[in-house]
Amino acid sequence: MSDKPKSQTVLVVGGGIGGISAALEAAECGSEVVLIEKAPTLGGRVAALNRYFPKMCHPTCGLEINYQRIKKNPRIKVFTMAEVSGISGAAGDYTVTVTTTPRFVTPACTACGDCATAATSEVADPFNYNLSKVKAAYLPHSMAFPMRYIVDASVVGTPEGQAIKAACKVGAVDLDEKSDSFTLSVGAVVWATGWRPYDPNKLTMYRYDEIADVITNVEMERLASHDGPTHGKVLRPSNGEAPKKVALIQCAGSRDLNHLAYCSRICCLASMKHAAYVREQYPEAEVDIYYIDIRAHDKLEAFYRKAKADQGIRWIKSKPSRIEKGPNGEPVVCGENTLSRDVYANAYDLVVLATGMQASAQPPAGAEMDEYGFVVSEEGVFGAGVATGPLDVSMSVQSATAAALRAVQAVRS
Amino acid sequence: MEKKIGAYLCSGCGIGEALDVKALEGVVSKEFKKPVKSHECLCGEAGLAVIKADMEAGDVTLPVIGACSPRVMTDRFMLPGMTPIRANLREQVIWSHPAGDEDTQMMAEDNMRMMMTMATKVNQPVPFTEGEFSTTILVVGGGYAGLTAASEASKAGHDVLLVEKKAALGGNAAGYASIVPSKPPYHDPQPNPLPKLIEGVNATKSIRVITGATVAKTSGMPGKFEVELSDGSTHTVGAIILATGFRPYDATKLSHLGYGASPDIVTNVEMEAKLKAGKVTTKAGSSPKAVAFIQCAGSRDPNHLPYCSSVCCSVSLKQAIELTKADPETMVYVIYEEMRTPGTTEEFYRSAQEAGVIFMKGKATKVENGSGITVTVADELLQQDVPLGPLDMVVLATGMVPNSTDPDAPAQEYGAELLTADINPYPAEGDYKPEPSVPPGGPLLNLQYRQGPHLPMLADGFSDSHYICFPYETRRTGIYACGPVRRPMDMGEVHEDAMGAVLKSIQVIRNAAQGHAVHPRVGDLSYPKINLNACTKCRRCTVECPFGAIDENEKDYPVVNPTRCRRCGTCMGACPVRTISFDNYTVEMLSSMVKAVNIPDEDEEKPRILVIACENDAYPALDMAGIAKHQYSPFIRILPVRCLGSMSLLLISDALSSGYDGVILMGCKPGDDYQCHFVKGSAMAKERLSKISETLKSMQLEVERVTMVDASIADGARLPKVIDELVAKIDAVGPNPFKGF
Repeated sequence: MSDKPKSQTVLVVGGGIGGISAALEAAECGSEVVLIEKAPTLGGRVAALNRYFPKMCHPTCGLEINYQRIKKNPRIKVFTMAEVSGISGAAGDYTVTVTTTPRFVTPACTACGDCATAATSEVADPFNYNLSKVKAAYLPHSMAFPMRYIVDASVVGTPEGQAIKAACKVGAVDLDEKSDSFTLSVGAVVWATGWRPYDPNKLTMYRYDEIADVITNVEMERLASHDGPTHGKVLRPSNGEAPKKVALIQCAGSRDLNHLAYCSRICCLASMKHAAYVREQYPEAEVDIYYIDIRAHDKLEAFYRKAKADQGIRWIKSKPSRIEKGPNGEPVVCGENTLSRDVYANAYDLVVLATGMQASAQPPAGAEMDEYGFVVSEEGVFGAGVATGPLDVSMSVQSATAAALRAVQAVRS
Repeated sequence: MEKKIGAYLCSGCGIGEALDVKALEGVVSKEFKKPVKSHECLCGEAGLAVIKADMEAGDVTLPVIGACSPRVMTDRFMLPGMTPIRANLREQVIWSHPAGDEDTQMMAEDNMRMMMTMATKVNQPVPFTEGEFSTTILVVGGGYAGLTAASEASKAGHDVLLVEKKAALGGNAAGYASIVPSKPPYHDPQPNPLPKLIEGVNATKSIRVITGATVAKTSGMPGKFEVELSDGSTHTVGAIILATGFRPYDATKLSHLGYGASPDIVTNVEMEAKLKAGKVTTKAGSSPKAVAFIQCAGSRDPNHLPYCSSVCCSVSLKQAIELTKADPETMVYVIYEEMRTPGTTEEFYRSAQEAGVIFMKGKATKVENGSGITVTVADELLQQDVPLGPLDMVVLATGMVPNSTDPDAPAQEYGAELLTADINPYPAEGDYKPEPSVPPGGPLLNLQYRQGPHLPMLADGFSDSHYICFPYETRRTGIYACGPVRRPMDMGEVHEDAMGAVLKSIQVIRNAAQGHAVHPRVGDLSYPKINLNACTKCRRCTVECPFGAIDENEKDYPVVNPTRCRRCGTCMGACPVRTISFDNYTVEMLSSMVKAVNIPDEDEEKPRILVIACENDAYPALDMAGIAKHQYSPFIRILPVRCLGSMSLLLISDALSSGYDGVILMGCKPGDDYQCHFVKGSAMAKERLSKISETLKSMQLEVERVTMVDASIADGARLPKVIDELVAKIDAVGPNPFKGF
């Protein structure tokens, strides 16, 4: 690029750990940054995790530090419930159209909670992957950033909506809010749109939609979280009882040419973490891990060793062929053990599918990507975090820091 | 400018209904003789206008805001001038305690007293900006990581000094015939990018390359590092990138895998050299017809390297693919326990399978050299020992040993502490207890720091890093490790990692020159100031600083290097004579805040318990308790601290001698899986606390009065219970006899 960039502003698309890190690292180098996020709060997928491997610490701890950094940095402007609807121009001089979805709550919100008290109906809670319900006026979660309520569109135009509006003493509820759009002039774009879990319904042999006690790994995180649908207790969705026998199925979609051809990198370690959740809560419970290869790279090997030392965890080298419904509706995992050649049909109280990571949003037209939709572009639009491929948190932050440098280089005048 | 304090009370969000705001006003006006105003919504435009009007008129320079938690509305209350002081009346008072209650009111009033006291003690920090600050980046190591860092730093406009020990640039990567793909197409080996990179670096004027040299000595601090090289030259640089890479694991230690028994049993490095030379032949000169790769040769083995070296699987796949390409008739076997090809490298694995490579899941238990080489494989599939042979060649996939020390330099003492002792990523339980593995050798930078010449490393010998949320944070500010010295990684990841380290270097250079702190207290202008007249030269501050920011001069007095400092205050907590302070944070300030609380007489039966809470985790957790409306004892008074490491034992004795019945310390988990953002702060607090019983004994007080609690940010539901239990326990001991004195 020989011309001077026309705009020195960096746009970061996606407010998960990758986008937050990229935005902060660039801003702390002096760049002006606009960070936009589709959801009502920053934090992305990691905010919905209970703990991180291998330290078993809480993701909100690092998020808190990052939010403090954002709050104190006037160079970062954050827009939530906002998405990129168009990008034109070229490296150094992009015009980006951003479209917002109405929150029905203005920035004047003090997060007092009066609107939630006034709300009478309940809606599915997206933060808990719809495993629980929340009032139609709600705070996305207790670590939300911005700390601002949202009114569900379902109550707009209803008497309940009016009651919610009337309850707000500072007049922050605006039921007439419409979808809006605005344009930004930016010199570089960091694409940090992260991932979504692979759709378990596509794995028809595992009967996720038919058997209540077959759940996904991201749902397991919510069950284990203190602010989740079960207040941190891992319980069977079918009857609310404590599971005594749990199966964790690796590569549910990953490493499979019919689904995701690549390895999602994090699932093995996440499952070992899930085994630890179960074993901590129920010392008598048995956990079986079905796997093809256990992938615990570098120092994470120590985490694997720790799990292997636990006598309550069995390791079964096999990719289960199917899950059947037992006589009491319980899941029965069926397949052949690759090592012993035994054909098995094991009944469980709870089965967790280690579903993989899929790129969640296509990068803008013109930005180079691979056949899986992961960003590989190195000019003008830069990938960060899981938008570039399946990564763990540490590697996402590493990738985001690199993307911040690319952006800082690109907007240097 | 004269400091003028004014208080503002918010009656919104239910504060006005739950509390007697007029009485709160009285605390400010009568006890502190300061102006005070109330508003029904301080964070709204009308409310903010009230504060702004007073500030613009020059009546107030430092607002004390009694409203919601300082964690919210931060941007709205960010006013020009001094950072407002916030008294938390919402989350930690009215949301966690019953409305209209006498004890809730007392708690709110004490919060105002504490924060008004803080306002009287706090000063606008004067940042450290003395002298010249360099913007040059020193890169140590001229391999792929170092070359990438140098090239990228120059693209960002920085001058670079690149120092390489060997006579030529390139490092390990110079020997690579091709590389494992990290960009599409993922199924084929790709050309080595190194030659082009070297060419680019050599052609860049802003990069000065010095080969055949090492760093002899490093002193100074970010923005002002003074570096002496082995050639005698000296340089001033702003930041340092350590890109010293790895050394292959010493194959002579792998005699159990046949290394040394035959010239045809080679390491992956030796095989790569043959591939690079363009012809793979056995010692006898023939082209091999049967080759076996043995994975994890040394890695994942408590007797050798406890960790997985990450890249060996894909490197063997690459070499296997190259061998089958060169001669499709060659039988290539890969003996592995777990095939580790994360992400899109899976495609590369598939490619090797399609090329006809034979994979055997199991462990190589014996390698014998007779007529041809035979490898005995404990085959997991067949569940029996399988002899594999005769083979023409065996390749040992040896792992990576980080060059976190210089193997050619004489070993040196670590200094004030065993650097690996408190950050051990390995579990302590079970039968698996590897010794901390520090690679043999001398220091790389030879830091002239009180805490020793080495960059701290983790127990596995890799350079120190907070390895989840903040992978570039180390305990030596302004020095960033990247590449395989930090963790085992492939070329694609090395490239990203080098770029990340450059970003952090640019950031520290910029912030240091402005007197700003870097992570996690970004932008903090304060730094520790030591009154040497009172200093007893006890050295606790120089030893306890988690970041080695304090050195000692020739007279043994402490010398602060401000841009190394991360502003946690651990030095302040360590000082037994209270002679270390920050402009906006002092022991005296904390002590006065503690004493500002009204202690009711014994017969009122209202105990007072001081909670000293880490502001990064425990304090937000208490906010979260409030958001969830969890209730807890109103007898506690919460004092937020930058880090529990900044808590001095004198603070506890001050609290007890002024009549508090007990003290609860809430900090982050120390130890192996530490969660302290200042690495060792909470560990230091714990260590200090182990000596509290002497203090308590001398005061003739019961040990039950002081407790430390590990608190995490997710403990919003747990902490209220913990508080109530501890309050009951302290209450059972009885009132503090110092009450009323």
